[in-house]
Amino acid sequence: MADKKQFEKGKMVPVPSVSIIPERDLGTTPILECSHLGIDFGGLTAVNEFNITVGRTEIAGLIGPNGAGKTTVFNLLTKVYQPTRGTILLDGLDTHGKTPAQINRMGIARTFQNIRLFNNLSVEDNVKIGLHNQEKYSMFTGILRLPKYWRQEKAAHERALELLSIFNMEDLADHQAGSLPYGAQRRLEIVRALATNPSLLLLDEPAAGMNPSETAELMENIVKIRDTFQIAIMLIEHDMSLVMGICEGICVLNFGQIIAKGTAEEIQSNPTVIEAYLGKQQEGGAD
Amino acid sequence: MEKRLNGKRLSKASRSGFINYGIVIAAFALIQILLVVQKLLGVTLVSNSLQSLLVPTCCYIVMAVSLNLTVGILGELSLGHAGFMSLGAFSGIVASFLLADVIPFAPLRLALSMIVGAAFGAVGGVIVGVPVLRLQGDYLAIVTLAFGQIIKNIIMVLYVGVDEKGFHIAASSERFNLAEDGTAIIKGPMGAVGVTKLASFTAGFVLILITLVVVQNLVNSRSGRAIMALRDNRIAAESVGINTTKYKLMAFVTSAALAGAAGALFGLNYSSTVASKFDFNASILVLVFVVLGGLGSIRGSIIAAALLYVLPELLRQFGDIADYRMLVYAIVLILVMLATNNDQLKALVGRIIPKRKGAASHG
Amino acid sequence: MSFLNNVITGISLGSIYAIIALGYTMVYGIAKMLNFAHGDVIMVGAYVCFFAMGSFNLPPVVGVLLAVVVCTVLGMVIERLAYKPLRAAPSLAVLITAIGVSYLLQNSAQILWGAATKTFRPIVEGSLTLVPGQLSVSYVAILSVVCCVVVMVGLTLFTGQTKMGKAMRACSEDKGAAQLMGIDVNATISMTFAIGSALAALAGVLMCSAYPVLSPTTGSMPGIRAFTAAVFGGIGSVPGALLGGILLGVIETFGKAYISTDLSDAVVFAVLIIVLLVRPAGLMGKYVPEKV
Repeated sequence: MADKKQFEKGKMVPVPSVSIIPERDLGTTPILECSHLGIDFGGLTAVNEFNITVGRTEIAGLIGPNGAGKTTVFNLLTKVYQPTRGTILLDGLDTHGKTPAQINRMGIARTFQNIRLFNNLSVEDNVKIGLHNQEKYSMFTGILRLPKYWRQEKAAHERALELLSIFNMEDLADHQAGSLPYGAQRRLEIVRALATNPSLLLLDEPAAGMNPSETAELMENIVKIRDTFQIAIMLIEHDMSLVMGICEGICVLNFGQIIAKGTAEEIQSNPTVIEAYLGKQQEGGAD
Repeated sequence: MEKRLNGKRLSKASRSGFINYGIVIAAFALIQILLVVQKLLGVTLVSNSLQSLLVPTCCYIVMAVSLNLTVGILGELSLGHAGFMSLGAFSGIVASFLLADVIPFAPLRLALSMIVGAAFGAVGGVIVGVPVLRLQGDYLAIVTLAFGQIIKNIIMVLYVGVDEKGFHIAASSERFNLAEDGTAIIKGPMGAVGVTKLASFTAGFVLILITLVVVQNLVNSRSGRAIMALRDNRIAAESVGINTTKYKLMAFVTSAALAGAAGALFGLNYSSTVASKFDFNASILVLVFVVLGGLGSIRGSIIAAALLYVLPELLRQFGDIADYRMLVYAIVLILVMLATNNDQLKALVGRIIPKRKGAASHG
Repeated sequence: MSFLNNVITGISLGSIYAIIALGYTMVYGIAKMLNFAHGDVIMVGAYVCFFAMGSFNLPPVVGVLLAVVVCTVLGMVIERLAYKPLRAAPSLAVLITAIGVSYLLQNSAQILWGAATKTFRPIVEGSLTLVPGQLSVSYVAILSVVCCVVVMVGLTLFTGQTKMGKAMRACSEDKGAAQLMGIDVNATISMTFAIGSALAALAGVLMCSAYPVLSPTTGSMPGIRAFTAAVFGGIGSVPGALLGGILLGVIETFGKAYISTDLSDAVVFAVLIIVLLVRPAGLMGKYVPEKV
């Protein structure tokens, strides 16, 4: 457990030695290494001493009660907020001073808790916008419709349909993104993120609003995505069946601080975690 | 903000684009035929006053389509579009004057002047865009308004002329040391005088076609998608690696360049032009075309600009009504906005006029 | 001495801008719309006072009161007929409607009262001499500053202390929540328009007393400048409108005196742009980043 007094004095806490990197990823550069990451809003410390290491093909979970700062961590990783302190290494490269767009080009893609699609555009165009940096032709090539334009547009069209097929959404390609049902919108966000060719995919509550069977399907698909694309996935989720089912390493956040890290079994039996979720109980033996 | 542009498949978008070319070409052909018939038969089909409106109407169509790129497709409100038109008009006039001896062939000179106008418009777009596009919403709007005013104000004190010693430019009449036998092109508050009228309806037609090619092809390309992504959700667009500044600037500068070209054509259609012609009200006029035509709808912009520019001008002829024309215009404007944006009124109008499927919402 | 003279002119002009800017800022704060017709309400106010004093020989005080009453009603009517049906509409639709209302007012004025410029008789004449032959302050200038101070103090007390004022603040924060607390949002917005238009009438009379030309387009340029002042100070902020108005008046006067009469507009707007680049939400506005 983190020592609160030390934080108040602004001292650094050493990176916890417990590694949750899966065995197959050992010996390679971790895709993500955060050390002493933190951000203050005004006088309020929203996240502090966030230290985490994610392996190259790991599925990692970030859980915690509401308001624990999980989404803030994602916003720090993608530089929507600039961290007040600490470093983020992506594939061994420092991301200091990068913009959200540059971070994406470096290899992090994300989805949003409150879905952010390009609502007025078609499903296919949403995915094609994800392919933006893989297409290379210039504005003038586009306006003059040079052969390069036709070639790359055709390739983008095919790639977009291929990516949509992960979730069997090819038939929806012509639909307006904003008019899709909620679950399909969440899936489209994942497809769009994948289109940017990331090495780390951040999913912010991917199963929110889904029914159990949809969630089960999503779980399968997340694992499938990891296996096909050989990428790391980090997800925020309240659905414990999903987190405990597919996450190899889990990190629990409370009041902006990591209170536990480990495998699903370790987390489930951790008394600090139980206390954070259920509050202190007299008998102590809560589920 | 109302967003109606829908990104249909390439084929559908292209089809909609081809219809737009068709409309423009058909309108041009029709008017040309009427003019020929009129000449042959000696009857009045297209009145003189209507003929004099042809070139400015083309200019305003280009203005509306280009402003739609900023407001409808990029999603940023601009209240200073006429400023770029002004830059284009005066730079185009100066260019055509300087080129008069070098290039005697008028259409080529007009084309080059319009390119110069577009270049000045683009430079203006960069100067305004680089600092301003960091701002958002109404703040961006007020700064574009401010730039429009500044451009107007500066041109109103600008003196440009040529004499044996060469090119002269000054910010006041005292500092304007033009030789006696020199020619003043722009004379401060009096504006540009003694302009050789080079503009023609055909040039306007070609400019509209070029504008359509640029805007429609841009929209249906990688860059255009990036621009629309910024409009729909800036944060999501950044999250997929889109460079906000680059694409905002691309849309804004393209829009300004087209306005500059339209300005050059407009300026070269009259023997004299004053900067106050391109004031805030002119910017608003174009914005009204864009909004009434439908945000993001290129066809809507073309039709709204043509109708709304010609109608009030035609009403000028009718003595008594002439006084009331702007009043009528204002009332119509308010009623149309109410009828299209209030749910109850929309339902009422819908009952009277059955809605055509997808009308006016396709670019 | 000319420097002091310019300061005085600037502050009195700025006071008038501030009074107009208050109308913009209050309406923006509560209805989140740029009321482009606000400048034309100024013009209507000035015309009402002009005819009251000129044609009916009423005393200036009655003329001003009449202008205030007419504009208050006008403001509420405009809001009811043109803006209220568009409460749920996109902001651009409301903006265009406001532009339509602006055209409507200008053209109605032209038809009713003619396009010719009228010479406005100031409501107070003469001036106070401070240094004989060198420094004097016109009573209109003094009156403008006094009115501005009174309006500011009054508005601050009103929004801070009264029930209606608190309702206005609540509505500007969150209309939905205000409604749930039992506040009549429509009445509050109507009230805001009423106050804004009353202030516009007052500003119109003061403006035409200081610069005695009156035409149907009299209101548009001061309207744009005051709008600029509101943005300058931070739109939605009442002290911001005061600060923005005064600064704008002073900058305009100094620009005219020391840079160029012809370029005063360019100077004013250039300063605005610089301010916005440094402080994107104006001098006293709060920048609220979008929540992710």
